[in-house]
Amino acid sequence: MKSKKVASYGLFIALAFIFSYIEYLIPLPFTMPGIKLGLANLVIIIALYGIGIKEAFILSMVRILLVGFTFRDPSTLLFSFAGGILSWLLMAICKKSKLFSMVGVSIVGGIAHNIGQIIVAIYYVNNTSLLYYLPFLMISGVVSGTLIGILAALTIKRLNKYFKYSDD
Amino acid sequence: MKKNDFYLVGGILLLAIIALIMIQLMKSEGSMVVVRVQDKEYMRLPLDEDTTYTIHQDDGQWNTIEIKNGYVRMLDASCPQKICVKHRRIRYNNESIYCNPNEVFLWVVGDTDSELDAIAK
Repeated sequence: MKSKKVASYGLFIALAFIFSYIEYLIPLPFTMPGIKLGLANLVIIIALYGIGIKEAFILSMVRILLVGFTFRDPSTLLFSFAGGILSWLLMAICKKSKLFSMVGVSIVGGIAHNIGQIIVAIYYVNNTSLLYYLPFLMISGVVSGTLIGILAALTIKRLNKYFKYSDD
Repeated sequence: MKKNDFYLVGGILLLAIIALIMIQLMKSEGSMVVVRVQDKEYMRLPLDEDTTYTIHQDDGQWNTIEIKNGYVRMLDASCPQKICVKHRRIRYNNESIYCNPNEVFLWVVGDTDSELDAIAK
């Protein structure tokens, strides 16, 4: 089973990496930092439901590290890690609580990612004016989170067989 | 989707809209832009005088600021992603543009320090 796990990690990391790249290629018409589709989060959520909570965390961290050194400036790593960790934590809690479906979990993850980044940014820049972004990011998080959540649910449904076998 | 998902969406949107309305109500036009480089105040420029200014840092990084028609924006910069350059122009109190790689921070302030600033201190 170990080799299967290694293969799964490789596959998921590659997917998350590619999605980050696609995201990087698509310029959004909104000129506000933080507004994005969150395509990579699709892979993280699928991992969260399909493989496990711990695996999703490792996946998320490796993705951030890779993306930080390739498509982005390494100076953004701190922000990404803060967003990634908070996002993972809240998604894991929401999933465990069984309060929400994948759509709800995805929305929580998207907004938590933004909140994590803003918290670090406020500390970093030493200025609370960045809080002004939050309402816009919350609205964009609801929209993109819903889309990603629906996509994740559809994907999980189709990959069900694969995940059932990877459970053991 | 579960019922709770809808409550979640409703709750978040409600919060965001309340926050936006509050921001709109408290909005006031700024008079100066404070430029901070690496967390130190670099200069202040009045918003009512059209000008462009380029900040050059020791490591070769640069940012060009443009003030036009009462608005300030980052005209160009040496950073790779240019998120700060794509940022919409700003003019109201407490609005800001931050260039993270170059650590250049533009911040609109009024004549007196705003409430948010007071909290920050």
